Amino acid sequence: MAYVPLADRDHEMEMHHPHSWVEKYVWSQDHKVIAIQYGSIAVFTGIVGLALSLLFRMQLGFPDTATFIDPSFYYQAVTMHGMIMVVYLLTALFLGGFGNYLIPLMCGARDMVFPFMNMLSVWVFLVSVIILMASFFVGGGPTGGGWTLYPPQTNLAGTPGHDMGIVLMLISLGVFIVATTMGGLNYVVTVLQYRCRGLTMMRLPLSVWGIFVATILALFAFPALLVAAIMMLFDILAGTSFFMPAIIESGTPLDHNGGSPVLFQHLFWFFGHPEVYIVALPAFGLVSDVLSVHARKNIFGYRMMVWAIIAIGGLSFIVWAHHMYVSGMHPYFGFFFATTTLIIAVPTALKVYNWVLTLWEGDIRLNAPMYFAIGFIFTFIHGGITGLFLGNVVIDLPLSDTYFVVAHFHMVMGVSPVLVVFAAIYHWYPKMSGRMFHSGMAKLHFWCTFLGTYAIYLPMHYLGFLGVPRRYYALGTTDFIPQSAQDLNTTITIAALFVGASQLLFFINIIWSLRYGPKADPNPWGAASLEWHTPDTPPSHGNWGDSLPTVYRWAYDYSVPGAREDFIAQNTPETEEPTVDEQHFDPDQDKSLADA
Amino acid sequence: MSLFKTITDKPWERKGIIGGLKPEGAFDAPSEKIALSVFLVVASVVFSLFTVGYFVRMELPDWQPLSEPAQLWFNTGLLIISSVLFQWARNIANSANDKHLTAVFIGGGIFAILFIAGQLVTWDSLQDAGFYMTSNPANAFYYLMTGLHAAHLLGGLWVWSKSSIRLLAGREKSDVKLSIELCTLYWHFLLVVWLVLFAILSNT
Repeated sequence: MAYVPLADRDHEMEMHHPHSWVEKYVWSQDHKVIAIQYGSIAVFTGIVGLALSLLFRMQLGFPDTATFIDPSFYYQAVTMHGMIMVVYLLTALFLGGFGNYLIPLMCGARDMVFPFMNMLSVWVFLVSVIILMASFFVGGGPTGGGWTLYPPQTNLAGTPGHDMGIVLMLISLGVFIVATTMGGLNYVVTVLQYRCRGLTMMRLPLSVWGIFVATILALFAFPALLVAAIMMLFDILAGTSFFMPAIIESGTPLDHNGGSPVLFQHLFWFFGHPEVYIVALPAFGLVSDVLSVHARKNIFGYRMMVWAIIAIGGLSFIVWAHHMYVSGMHPYFGFFFATTTLIIAVPTALKVYNWVLTLWEGDIRLNAPMYFAIGFIFTFIHGGITGLFLGNVVIDLPLSDTYFVVAHFHMVMGVSPVLVVFAAIYHWYPKMSGRMFHSGMAKLHFWCTFLGTYAIYLPMHYLGFLGVPRRYYALGTTDFIPQSAQDLNTTITIAALFVGASQLLFFINIIWSLRYGPKADPNPWGAASLEWHTPDTPPSHGNWGDSLPTVYRWAYDYSVPGAREDFIAQNTPETEEPTVDEQHFDPDQDKSLADA
Repeated sequence: MSLFKTITDKPWERKGIIGGLKPEGAFDAPSEKIALSVFLVVASVVFSLFTVGYFVRMELPDWQPLSEPAQLWFNTGLLIISSVLFQWARNIANSANDKHLTAVFIGGGIFAILFIAGQLVTWDSLQDAGFYMTSNPANAFYYLMTGLHAAHLLGGLWVWSKSSIRLLAGREKSDVKLSIELCTLYWHFLLVVWLVLFAILSNT
């Protein structure tokens, strides 16, 4: 039993052709439909997360104005916002959404290796979201123990949602991990085994590399969350004491005895830190491709970009305890984790340099996706540099419980990946829908989002330096928090409401354009990678018509000297390379034409 | 092609078709086997993390070691026989004849079912002796880890049952060859996991 080349298995893919509307759009095994299903469910969940954030920002900006936001609701909203955004929106959208859509197309395959399992993955993901949402409707409401779900806090009667809320959250996470594992196995095996003829690993676009390595991280990191969730469920439902220590609740000793809350923290963050890169690495890959295409230049340092993705992926497993400095640890451990944390900045900085150098002397086209991609470079540098502060134990300790941390992680893994999500959606929208979006509206959406999020998070750093604590429902009157801090909080809330409302520009644009947008050219940006060279736009079932593509070059042949166009598609044979007739080729004339 | 050679390739220099029909870097094995291998690594991470949790929790003062019943040796024997039978079935599937294939393959699964039944009997006897899950973290880990291992076996038995039905229905050997190979790999993995778990549980 050996490997059978994809080209020789082509006939097998015919088996999955849909025969009815339900098979085509509901129980679909087509990776593109599954991608849109994954993306839609994730975005819907993300809208819930966004709405929750606006509600708790109301309490912070205008305390006690909205009477229904009591302390319990506040903590529940904060908790659910965090978990939804990190896991159910960003992870699902990058891996399930973009991974599903782009991997087979960029690999020149007709579909994923296991289409049925792929379909199962999205429906199991939906089940996990339904379980999560159900926690809003059970007695006690959803858990309010913070998105990190630390025991014993989460399981005690004083915490909202300590009964069914936390149980549903843990079950939902378990189901989500099953979905991610099914999807993840598909993505990894498809990249390894289903590349088309001539497509070596080093000819893959960086989008695929980012999603591929992030998927490996997800496969190895999510088990830690699963193990923690199972053990915590046993603590809650069966009365074991894996994590629950001896504790007295309202004067009554509980049955638990001797458990280790710090063990939970280790397990949680062994998942939690790679999770940052499960979100970041696909974003790195996608933004690299968007920058390269719209700068009309090959990505600077392709090999280094691949190495950096792999290095960041590996290092992300040995930095987790930097989230636990305040939990207390041996100074040598603190030193070790601070060192590894700072080392991870090296490959990350390398990527930033390469993005900037890709722009250097590029023929930059300021299309809407490029706005978001360049905006990402700003926000990512900003969030990354504050990460260097917090990676140091002595700086982290005083800042850890302040708004500085909130500002840091929202810049680095909130705003930055979301800007890439928008860049990628605008970039691939013409291919996915066959229509062009409204460019002006997309650029307005960028400025509202980019400036608006800066208006939210830049002042938050300041609040953090002042020592304003995070996680507080109400700050009250304290000497070290001046009135100006409260005014700043009000400003931040107004900015948050503005940013939240401005997202309507995005939704109106993409929904309106689906029907009324001008018909898109099959390759409107002049991109070289395979997905832009399908016979149909949007790609039909099976992607490639009668025959699979053959790849002759890497995905970044832009502005090649002597070439007729400023890109050469990956599937253009060397012998058929479109070149300008040398007898008539006049570089000066060519330049003046380009300038014109 | 080694990983190092792969990632040091300069893709901007090489043009043309590289690797012929088979894309360079693809494994010379069926995709299903690659997927199972990746899954086994994921499962290993799960069991490893439980084991790490076990050792961390063991250091706390309320830990009272559980003396594992002798019946676990008998259960271990059943799982070894199960694994041996799957290996035998795999060898038959790879040979020219298919004599006893159905019987040996189904026998492998039946011994796995007997192993799970044996584990349940062990659980029962521990409960009767007063070793409840909540009475001590060592007990809780015992039930959790053996239960998780049995749950993985049940997953394997689902695939085994589908392949057995195909064999009993007289399907061609080629139709079930890959299934038999994957079941064998999975059973060997779960045997190794069990031996490690058994060693840890018995010696701590």
